[in-house]
Amino acid sequence: MNENLFASFTTPTMMGLPIVILIILFPSILFPSTTRLVNNRLIALQQWLIRMTTKQMVAIHSKKGKTWTLMLISLIMFIGSTNLLGLLPHSFTPTTQLSMNLGMAIPLWAGTVILGFRYKTKMSLAHFLPQGTPLPLIPMLIIIETISLFIQPVALAVRLTANITAGHLLIHLIGGATLVLMNISMTTAFITFVILVLLTVLEFAVALIQAYVFTLLVSLYLHDNT
Amino acid sequence: MASVVPLKEKRLMEVKIGELPSWIPMWDFTPKGIAGAFQRGYHRYYKYIDVKKGGVAGVSMVLAAYGVFNYCRSYKELKHE
Repeated sequence: MNENLFASFTTPTMMGLPIVILIILFPSILFPSTTRLVNNRLIALQQWLIRMTTKQMVAIHSKKGKTWTLMLISLIMFIGSTNLLGLLPHSFTPTTQLSMNLGMAIPLWAGTVILGFRYKTKMSLAHFLPQGTPLPLIPMLIIIETISLFIQPVALAVRLTANITAGHLLIHLIGGATLVLMNISMTTAFITFVILVLLTVLEFAVALIQAYVFTLLVSLYLHDNT
Repeated sequence: MASVVPLKEKRLMEVKIGELPSWIPMWDFTPKGIAGAFQRGYHRYYKYIDVKKGGVAGVSMVLAAYGVFNYCRSYKELKHE
């Protein structure tokens, strides 16, 4: 059972070909591009959702921060769609792989830090020392702030990986438990209900993307514009 | 198994069942051919989406196909020994 549990997290290859590339590219099919003035229902719905999210997310940035809009919106669309597609049975979710999440988190975080250092050097360096600290504490505090800065990308990546992976594992486990308990009924009804509730909660994987982009956003905001 | 029209140009509905094993290897398996097949398939599917009042059926067909594809991919681990 143990090997069976983690088998769904291995990189999918078919006859040696890495079809994981196809699986990563798959969500893009579900977002058609707009060609006309009045589009079909699917595109109209997606446009409405994207506009709503964009307004929320981009409002707090200054002019310079608004240049990151495209990056942030495509980020939330990608992570959202990938996570939601992972809820389908037997599917592979690329965001469960730490490698991919680190590949997303580190460049974006580094971009915000470098941007802050380039255009507001004094301001970014001042972040390392909160106001009003007593003099003897200063060296230790600077070390702590540096560590907390460098842990940001790791936290972003690991948060996403751990949440999605844990959710999938729980679904596997509880589903398996339900099947086994089917012969010993009465508990099954309760466990099936737990599965249902868990799945619904997991569909707030979308909320997780919110968390991802939002934290990224906050970081960008703080570093760049303060 | 003699046919009047050459085998390669026939489409699926016109091929007789007995001819199927010899018809399939005649497909265009070059990358260009595969890309062309995906293009044609996408356009044939898109007509379910590009309507003014679409429904849930269009997207759910794709998701169902995606689910079946993943099932086939993991059939080996799921087989009951």
